[in-house]
Amino acid sequence: MHSIASAAKPPVELRPEHPAAFPLTVHDLTVAYHRRPVIWDIELNIPEGHLVGLVGPNGAGKSTLLKACLDLVPRTSGEIQIYGQPYRRQRNLVAYVPQRESVDWDFPVSALDVVAMGSYRKLGWFKRVGPAQLRNARDMLDQVGIAHLAGRQISQLSGGQQQRVFLARALAQDASLYFMDEPFSAVDAATELAIVDLLRELKARKRTCLVVHHDLSTVAQYFDWVVLLNMRIVAAGPTREVFTRENLQKTYGGKLSVLDAAAEALRHSGP
Amino acid sequence: MNWGSADTWIVVTGAFCAAACALPGCFLLLRRMSMMGDAISHAVLPGLALAFLFTASRASLTMFVGAAVVGVLTALFTQWVSRFGEVEHGAAMGIVFTTLFAIGLLLIVRAADHVDLDPGCVLYGAIELTPLDTWSLPGSEFAIPRATLLLAGMFGFNLLLVLLLFKELRLSAFDPALSTTLGFPSGLMHYLLMTDVAVTTVAAFEAVGSIIVIAMLIVPPAAACLLSRRLPTLIALSVVLAVLSAALGHVAAITLPRFLGFETTSSAGMMAAAAGFLFLLAWLFHPGDGLLTRHFSRARPRPALDGPESGPVSLEP
Amino acid sequence: MHVTNNLAPRGALIALSILFAAGAAWAGAGDASGRSQSLPDPDEFVEVLFLRNYNTRLVVAGATLLGATSGLVGTFLLLRKRSLLGDSLAHATLPGIGIAFMLMVAAGFSGKNLPGLLAGATASGAAGMLAVLAIRNTTRLKDDAAMGIALSVSFGIGIAVLRLTQNMPQGSAAGLESFIYGKTASMVFSDFLLIAGVSLCTTLACALVLKELTLLCFDEQYAAAQGWPTLSLDLLLIGLVIAVTVVGLQSVGLILIIAFLITPASAARFWTHRYTSMLLLAGVIGAVSGWFGSSLSALLPRLPAGAVIVLTAASIFLFSMFFGSARGVLLRWIEHRRLRRRVGRQHLLRAAYEILETGSTQEHIANVSIPFPQLLVHRSWSVAHLRKLLRDARREDHLEPSAQGTIRLSENGFGEAARITRNHRLWELYLIRHADIAPSHVDRDADMVEHILGAELVHQLEAELKPRSAVPASPHDITAAAAL
Repeated sequence: MHSIASAAKPPVELRPEHPAAFPLTVHDLTVAYHRRPVIWDIELNIPEGHLVGLVGPNGAGKSTLLKACLDLVPRTSGEIQIYGQPYRRQRNLVAYVPQRESVDWDFPVSALDVVAMGSYRKLGWFKRVGPAQLRNARDMLDQVGIAHLAGRQISQLSGGQQQRVFLARALAQDASLYFMDEPFSAVDAATELAIVDLLRELKARKRTCLVVHHDLSTVAQYFDWVVLLNMRIVAAGPTREVFTRENLQKTYGGKLSVLDAAAEALRHSGP
Repeated sequence: MNWGSADTWIVVTGAFCAAACALPGCFLLLRRMSMMGDAISHAVLPGLALAFLFTASRASLTMFVGAAVVGVLTALFTQWVSRFGEVEHGAAMGIVFTTLFAIGLLLIVRAADHVDLDPGCVLYGAIELTPLDTWSLPGSEFAIPRATLLLAGMFGFNLLLVLLLFKELRLSAFDPALSTTLGFPSGLMHYLLMTDVAVTTVAAFEAVGSIIVIAMLIVPPAAACLLSRRLPTLIALSVVLAVLSAALGHVAAITLPRFLGFETTSSAGMMAAAAGFLFLLAWLFHPGDGLLTRHFSRARPRPALDGPESGPVSLEP
Repeated sequence: MHVTNNLAPRGALIALSILFAAGAAWAGAGDASGRSQSLPDPDEFVEVLFLRNYNTRLVVAGATLLGATSGLVGTFLLLRKRSLLGDSLAHATLPGIGIAFMLMVAAGFSGKNLPGLLAGATASGAAGMLAVLAIRNTTRLKDDAAMGIALSVSFGIGIAVLRLTQNMPQGSAAGLESFIYGKTASMVFSDFLLIAGVSLCTTLACALVLKELTLLCFDEQYAAAQGWPTLSLDLLLIGLVIAVTVVGLQSVGLILIIAFLITPASAARFWTHRYTSMLLLAGVIGAVSGWFGSSLSALLPRLPAGAVIVLTAASIFLFSMFFGSARGVLLRWIEHRRLRRRVGRQHLLRAAYEILETGSTQEHIANVSIPFPQLLVHRSWSVAHLRKLLRDARREDHLEPSAQGTIRLSENGFGEAARITRNHRLWELYLIRHADIAPSHVDRDADMVEHILGAELVHQLEAELKPRSAVPASPHDITAAAAL
């Protein structure tokens, strides 16, 4: 039941409309809440088809960077391009998995309803959800391994299942670039494995995923690209080159205990 | 502008009322229950009606007790509905207070033959009439309006409460669970605050009408919240703003209508409006991130030279 | 089946709005015979309840329509966690009413021109709501404070302005009072038409943007990221609330319209987990409250319609809160009780089985009597709690009569005990092999999860783990607990 990658789709599907551009380009981005800057001078190019881990200590601005990319928070300065165009023109190429705490899980909708929300963008105004969207939503629930829970009201799902519902909703958008805000936080081990499988399958299909992550011990294992962020970009690049003890020290400052855990993890998973 | 001693008394009464309300209002704001004042002031109608029906008199004490009891019940019922029914707090409050108000209305109308209780009078109050009902020490010439005494007492009581229980009130508003584990049951603090709000509300609107109460429970604390992030400062500021609104409101009530060719208007209404005006000023101009202050200092914030932003903190070996 | 589920509500909403229109035509076409104001006899009761009388028909139909519409709109408000917006809005209309009155008098018209007053109410209501949105979006104050500020300040201004109008020589403003307390019983045909028109438009609008509004209420940030204009949607929702409130305000009064926006929606939530059915149900509950309350008020002397309607809605709410089939208090209590019983039963049987197991030789586990003290120490139960568990077990036919101070499992109970223990151990093993959980922690986790183990999973576990005997040995020392 945990092998969600089994329902594989055709592996490679290039998006010919933007062959040259990066999925995500961030130039000179600064975001301030009220007058307190949260992230500074971000320069970032994310290449296509990578699983990118966005890593940094609490309050480093990881979620803010994600939200800035999605125009959810006002930018103080800077420019963000999705496949060479501003986000508002490229919404169809982007899917977003918000933090699980961001919604009220008592809301009277079923898991299937939530997943069908992924198709709203393509439906547009006034058109209602039809059989095709529901079928698609059901397939997506199947992909994340909880098709049997489609009719459940969402508060009756476990934390991991709720996270899978959010992932299925993003999958239903069939995007090229996925933004995920802490999908691994407070989920059970089985869900964590399922999400990782799903990420790998997305990678196999040349999709790009930018994932906010805070468990240093699994970074090297899950992601092939890493962005280390602490208000500024400390380092960004292939995990093997960038995810080093030195860079982690720069990112996390004096929090040695975290570092040691990470260093230990590096020794285990390193080449 | 004809300023007489009556005007002074109105301002003093209004100021005491406003300050008495602003104190518990700060904690309502922190607990995100600002609408409670509005709810209680509508909901006490059945308490007034019942007290009247049982005692067949309009003696203030029975009315006061009846209203205060129903006021506390409003908070209690709201809590029950929202906890046992898992209904959102605002909705629970709305259901409870509209129901109680309807019961009160029904009681009043059913008893209309022998009752002269105008719900309008209860809601709007008449701060202008307070100087007429005075009380003086036996043998003394100096007469003080009864309402002024009552509200000064209320203010004193609330001030004492806030001073004595400051730490407990703050903790239970900020982190109810921690408060309970440290031995200050957050439920108890909640009901204590609610009882205080109910008593204050009833005392104030029995004397001066509900508008001032509703407004002063919310607006000065909200304005103070924009101006300060420290709770003691916030409380002090909200009291100052409340007093200011009372004075400003009465002055406006007897001056502004002249421009339109009228005599005067409701002081209570204008005090609420003045509080709104002060809030507007705070909103637009408060230091830091007021709407206009932000506009004028639009320049892009530059990286600070100090603090953690200036680069990765070096690591001790 | 899900397809029909999804199509039906929208169709029903549209059908509902057509019904409104039909109802309006029917109510208007009635005879104009007056109604006598005596105590109701059964005939009159029927006459009122089934709308045979023109005047009552108008009032009842108006209240019913308004109830249905505000139930619909109120559902969105409730889901958006802004139930008290109606409260705030209703108060925010006051200055507009007073100012409109003054302007119209100044311009030489009658101050009580209804469209003029309604326009004023709408304008100042809208201004108040914009202030709420602005305060919420530009300061760190929360929704409740924003609504409270708009409410109290505009209430104050409203009272000040209304006081001015009372002093105006040009005309008395007495009629303005009805905006606060309503005049349900004296509704006239034009009032009714207004309600019907607004109800129709509001319902159609809700049906049209059902999916967008739901998305906004559920997950505003996601909606924004998908490119929906969340601010405009918010404004649309507030516009609908304003329309309903202003119309309701002048016909049924301030408090009633607040209750109409909150109570039916909250009551509906207890019966369903689907927003579509919740919308319909809230409409129905609002309609029933309006119909029943206004009928009752028409039947009995000196029952103000507004108050009776509020109380009807509140009664329905109370009933729903206790007996609701989706989230009712009673239902949750029963479920909780049932779960506790099941857990208790399983604990008792497993404890008994483990005691038997430790007291017997490897191969065969004999079903012998177990003394109470041994059971008590095994799981540190209190005597009272154990008594209760045993009583339940006897009722389930899991125990046989035995000597005083001991229990003895029946054949049925022994089998059940073996099955429960087996599931529990399978689960423990599964956790140990697959999830890297330390064996010392397993017992507690397994205790929580085994109660929801389905048959399918048990088979899967058996296949994966291939235990040698029917009941595998416990992976940790079960005598440790008994030794305490």
